[in-house]
Formats: sequence, structure tokens, C-alpha cells
Amino acid sequence: MTTTVDPPRTSRRVHDGAPVALLLIGVAVALFALIPLLHVVQYAATVDPDTAREQLFRPRIGMLLRNTLGLMVACVATSVVVSVACAWLVVRTDLPLAGLWHVLLTAPLAVPAFVNGFGWVSLTHSVEGFGGAVMIVTLSYFPFVYLPVCAALRGLDPSHEEIAASVGLTRAATFLRVVMPQLRPAILGGSLLVALHMFSEFGALKTLRFPTFTTAIYDQFNTTFNGPAAHLSSALLVLLCLVVLLVELRLRGRRRYARTSSGSPRTADRAGLGRLRWPALAVPAAVTCLALGVPIYSLVHWMQVGSSTGNGLDQLVPTAVTTVSYAAAGALLSVVLALPVGLLVVRHPSLAGTLVERSTYTANALPGIVVALALITVTIEYATGLYQTAIVLVAAYLIMFMSRAVVSVRASLEQAPPVLESVARSLGVSGLATTWRVTVPIVMPGIGAGAALVFIAISTELTATLLLAPLETKTLATEFWSQSSALAYGAAAPYALLMIVISMPAVYLLSRTTQGQRPGRSVLP
Amino acid sequence: MSVLDVRGLTRSFGPVRALDGVDLTIADGEVLAVLGPSGCGKTTLLRTIAGFMPGDTGEVILDDRPVLVDGRSKVATRHRNVGYVPQEGALFPHLDVAANITFGLDRPERRRADIGELLELLDLDPSLARRSPHELSGGQQQRVAVARALARKPSLLLLDEPFSSLDASLREATGRAVVRAVRATGAAALLVTHDQNEALSLADVVAVMSAGRVVQVGAPLEVYGRPATPFVASFVGSGSVLPATITDGVADSVIGRFPVSGQAAGDVDLFVRPEQVRLDEAGEVEATVAGFDFYGHDACLHLSVGDHHEVLCRVRGDRVPGEGQRVRISVDGAATVFERAT
Repeated sequence: MTTTVDPPRTSRRVHDGAPVALLLIGVAVALFALIPLLHVVQYAATVDPDTAREQLFRPRIGMLLRNTLGLMVACVATSVVVSVACAWLVVRTDLPLAGLWHVLLTAPLAVPAFVNGFGWVSLTHSVEGFGGAVMIVTLSYFPFVYLPVCAALRGLDPSHEEIAASVGLTRAATFLRVVMPQLRPAILGGSLLVALHMFSEFGALKTLRFPTFTTAIYDQFNTTFNGPAAHLSSALLVLLCLVVLLVELRLRGRRRYARTSSGSPRTADRAGLGRLRWPALAVPAAVTCLALGVPIYSLVHWMQVGSSTGNGLDQLVPTAVTTVSYAAAGALLSVVLALPVGLLVVRHPSLAGTLVERSTYTANALPGIVVALALITVTIEYATGLYQTAIVLVAAYLIMFMSRAVVSVRASLEQAPPVLESVARSLGVSGLATTWRVTVPIVMPGIGAGAALVFIAISTELTATLLLAPLETKTLATEFWSQSSALAYGAAAPYALLMIVISMPAVYLLSRTTQGQRPGRSVLP
Repeated sequence: MSVLDVRGLTRSFGPVRALDGVDLTIADGEVLAVLGPSGCGKTTLLRTIAGFMPGDTGEVILDDRPVLVDGRSKVATRHRNVGYVPQEGALFPHLDVAANITFGLDRPERRRADIGELLELLDLDPSLARRSPHELSGGQQQRVAVARALARKPSLLLLDEPFSSLDASLREATGRAVVRAVRATGAAALLVTHDQNEALSLADVVAVMSAGRVVQVGAPLEVYGRPATPFVASFVGSGSVLPATITDGVADSVIGRFPVSGQAAGDVDLFVRPEQVRLDEAGEVEATVAGFDFYGHDACLHLSVGDHHEVLCRVRGDRVPGEGQRVRISVDGAATVFERAT
């Protein structure tokens, strides 16, 4: 039954407007996050047309465009196929050990793509080129599709499928006509993440000798110091990201796939696989072997037989300490920056607040190489003293990963609606005590999870770190990179394993928290 | 003695007058229901009394203490000693039932608090004390929210549509349990609701609100039996509005001629409750059964009388005549007279 209810209580907060100080801080955070994008736009607007034509209309640019787009399309397609198959098996069938497979299918996120690429290439050179690149990028990033599709499958209203069965549809037809359309937002959202990560991917593709815009920009900048070429390619790459974002928005459309009835949803029955129950294990087992088994085997293998094994082991601990310090500082600061943004959006909804929030997301769509290049140029131009200092590196980390903290902070603030504070005040508790006893305990776990996500991202970041780190600074990622580039496989392996170990807890957390989520709302980066 | 006095309270949101001069008094230990459709300002009234928002003008006096003077808040919510139960209960999700209930108590009080007694007062099993809010049903959550509000022994409990999110069957039982608990503690209560059954069955006094004003205050029987305005008449229960002409204290209408009290004369509207209309073989008025709504224990007939005037008539569930049947009716008890709306 429907009951009429007074207008939502929170609406009065809209009239109040946001406190000016909070709004100003939010705008400052947004401008900070927009530095790379503003730089690219400014560069593209002021570049000499002749230089641009000369640099852009070259066969090499055409080749890079073909490579980048072809790889993107192939990776998205394979990721979707792998993810939907695995998610359906894990969530909607009586596959043995479904819970374990769910964790294992999320785990590839803990293996940085450049480690995965190294793991394969160091065993066989046959993975170099397009096919290998498709496989390795897919294996590294398919969980971005798999997780939201799982959440969407769990959130589906089983009555839709029951209705389909009652009007005579077969199981296969039901899946295609009822289930798939409802998975669309999750698939599109995940595909967007795969595409954006593929655009930013540097390490893996460099290892696999498959040139894309990102690897080309790195080479142009690092080896030839060809400023205009790097900057123009970088602008082109930003344009590609923008097109992908718009395509996703367009395809997603305005349709909503919400449950219309009230009451708690039932969970759908799992389909019996019958005689295929055990053979079906081959699917998740194969994916897990390729995505986790091979790189981990390869790392362990090189640690045992590598001629350079043991070299530079004394550097492992100091490097780990440096990495953890950067990651911790970045995680803490990103939460500090995310809090005012979250408060603005959740507690004082307004257009300005929404724009501030969206600004912090844009940098997340920009490849690390673009962010790094922009920060280098901006510091050289406006703050030479900061060039190649830790401050610029941390700033790059914040711009790249702050959105993860914003998403978590926002979600956790929504868990603490103002009505709880009203109740606390009616119970005679002061404002400060209310914050301490009600708001903080409720939002802390979410904020902690956000900080953990940033921490992981920073501790495995390669591209921006290579370009921006102060001369003597070594992180796990850069040290692994220089050792493996020098073919010192045995020396490189421990760094990679340490990165995987550091990432594991957060990835496990991710496999838990995405359960029961509504499609289209992802906590994923 | 009164627990609450609201005098001339106004509050506008932009062009909307949410409160348009509200006067209201609640006596010690009294349960008063503020009844009105959505948007009538009843929640704004409650939030102003609680101290969550200021007014524009007017006064609020709690326990003889002016807490809002000339529209401005003089006493913060936490010093007003009111219990507050919002619509969704709003239990603190990170605390168990016991910690929720003792939330507003000082540390030493918390240790001494008899949580079991409070839970029993609300018909809850004392073993629920260690449960988390998400492990409770909707009705249980709402009862715990009331126990939490009562733990500090407030003189006034503010209930903001606390049962509207519950299933119909649960709503009644929860409402009764809550009011029983409130009475047991001796507190007064202000219950905001849009559900007339809830207001009539739970409250000692019903205040009907419309467009920011209190249009009638009275005992449930009075508000139902002698509605002050056509709005109150139709919002609190159902009935039929029929044109009539009064001459020398006698009303002449399609449902017959009968004496009415009061000064009214000329063309008026008569308001008749369905249970006042009876199927009566000796009745003077003839009607046709146009249809009926069946409720099991009783049914409401839609009768067509005279020149297609609709008259509602409540009959026992096992005495429902067939559609199209001709029946005779009589009217029992006094009809309410309203001046003809122009």
C-alpha cells in the first residue's frame, strides 16, 4: 500500500545553502584536481597550428591510434565475456566453492598489470604483440567488470525471471531478454573502467612491446624530450578518454532499472548445472590460473633460478619503507581533501557541490602519464623549486586517486543521516559529543576503506612515479621496473611479490563490499 | 497543568506558510495526536517544538519554561528534555539495543539503567538487549526507538509518524504498545500522523491541522461526531454531503425531514456519517443500491437517492443487499450542518 508522507526532511537543508568556508575549500580541492585537464586544454588551445599539423598527421600517429583503439575494443569485449560468464557461474549457479572462486576472481586486481606482463614475457616471448596484450590487459582488469556484474546479478529481482518463465520463455531466452538488459549499466560502467585503465596502461604494454599512446608519450618525453609531440599525443589521449566517457554515458541512457515494489528483495534461486556442475569449474579455474597462477609461478620461479636472485635484497626494506610512507601520506591527505567534498555533497546538496565532486572524478579518468606530464610543465613554469620533489609526486598521487577516497567518504556520510544527530540532540547530547559518539563511529569504517584503496593504488603506481619521483627515490614499483628492464628477473621478483602482498587485503575487502550493491553504483576506482 | 503550550507559532519556507499561527496545549500525561494530510505543517510543528528549527513568530513553552520566544529558540534541543522518535526510528546502526537505549544517559546512569524493564514496558523480549538494530524487525526497531526516547524520563514524547513505515497489522499492535508504555511512564505525548484511525484509536485529544492551522481540537469522539468544518468531516472518516433547506429548525433534504440544532437557516449542507444511515423497511426514503465496498465485518453501501445524490450507508457484512436492489432508509442521530459552500 502507499502512504503519503511529508516532504523529505532533508529538503530544508537545501534552503540553508552550504557554509561559505566549506564551499571555498571544496572549490579549491576541485581546482587542484583539475590542474592536469586545465593544462591540457590550455596547451591545445594555444598550440601553433603548423606544429600541431606536422606532429599529428604522421603515419606513426595513425598506427598508435589503431593500436590503442583496437586494443581497447578487444580488451573490453573479452573482459565482458569472461566477466559475465564467471559472474553468472559464481552468483547464479550451484558451482562448487562459489565463495572461494569469487575471491580468486577478484584477486587479479592485486597483481599490477606490469607485474602480470613481466610474469608472462619472462616465461615466453610469444605473448608479445596484439594477442598477448589483449590477454594480459584483460586478465589484469576484467574484475572491474566482474565485480559490478556480480553485484547486479545479486540485486536482480527474481520475480522478473519468474514472470519470463510464466510467459513461456526458455532459460536462455530469459537470460538474454530479461537478465542481460538489467546487467547493462554494470557492464557499461565496468567496461568504461577497463577502457580507461587500458588507455593509461604503460608498464605492461611496454613489456609486451605493444606501442600505444601512453607508451609513445613516455618515450617521446623521456628519450627525446620532444615536448610538443608528447603534449599533443597527451591531448589526443585525453580526447580519447573523453570520447569513451561520453559513449558510456550515451549508451547507459536515462533508463533506470530500479525495483519498483517495496519490501525487502528476495534472492534468486541458483540454477542447477546438473552433469555440467564439475566440468563448469574449468571456466573460473582457467581464468584464475592465467591471471594469478602464471605471474605468481613466474615470480617464484625467477626467485629460485634467476641469476640475479639475492642481488639488491638489502634495498628491499628501505624501498618498502619509502613506498609505504608515500602511500600512507597520500592516503591520509586524500581523505583530508575528500572530507570537505563529501560533506558538501551529502549534507548541503547544491549544483556547486555536485560540480566540485565531479571535478575530483575527472582526474581519475586521465592517464597517469598525462597527469605527470602536466605537473612537470606546471611546476617548471610556475614553481621551479618544487620540480622533482616529493611534494609534486604526492600531488600527482592525490590528483590521480583522490576520487577513490571521495567515493568512500561520500558513501559513508550517507550512512549517517542528519536524523541520527537530531535524535542524539533530543537525548541531551552536545554537538561535539554527537560527532564523536555517532558520526565518527559510523563513518570511520568507510573512510578507512577509502584510505586503503588509495594506499594500494599508490604503492603499485608506476608511470607517474617514474616521471616525477625525486632522483634518489625508489619505490617498489620503480625498483621492480628498473631491475626487470635490466633483465635482472631474480632481483625484480621480490619487489613484485611484496606489491601483491600489500594489495591483497584491500582486494579481499573489495570482494566483500561489492556484495548486495545496486547496479551502476560502484565503489571501484 | 500543561506540559506544552504553543502560542501563535508561525513559520514560512519561501512563499509557503508551513505554520500559520498555531495554538496548542497538551496537559500532563495526555496523548495528543496532530492529524492532517501531508504538507499541512504537522512535521514542521513537531520539529519546532523539538528545537530542530526556529519559528518566525510565536512561543513554545515546555514545562512552564519558555523555550521559544518570539520565534527564536532560547533553549537548545538537548536541554529541552523531550523524547524524539522519528519516522524511521533512526536507531544508531553502530550500537546494540542496550547502548541505543542508554545513549542519552550519563555514564553512572548507564550502568544502573534497567534496560530489561524498559524493553518489557514495550512488550519486547529482554534478550534483545545485545542485538544490533539490523537484526530487529521494523516493529521492534520502532519500539526500541521509543524505549530510547523514554529512558531519560522526558515529560513530553514527540512521535513523528512513527508507525507509518510499518505493515498495517504491525502498525496497530505497535501503536497500542507504545501508547501503553507512554502512559505507564506518566509522560505526555505528541503524535504526528496522517492516519485517522491511528489518531482516533490512540490519542486522548486529536488536533486536526490543515494548511498550517489547527482547525479543530477535541476528544476523538467529538472530532468525529461533531466536525467543525467540512474538511475535518471528510478527512476524519467518511460521509455524505447533501444539500438541505432549513426552515424553523427543521431540515428538509433528500433523506427526509428532521430537526437540527443551531442557528442555521436557509440553504445548507448536511453531513451524515455512513453509520447514521440505516436500512429500515419502515423508512420514509427510498434508495437504490448503486454498489458497495465490502470489508468482511461490515460493508459500505453506495446508495443513490432522489436526483442521483450519493448516500453512504454502513451495514453488517452479512446483510449486504444486491446491486440495483431498492431499499428504504432512515437517518439515526443528528446530522452536522455546514453553511453552503459558495
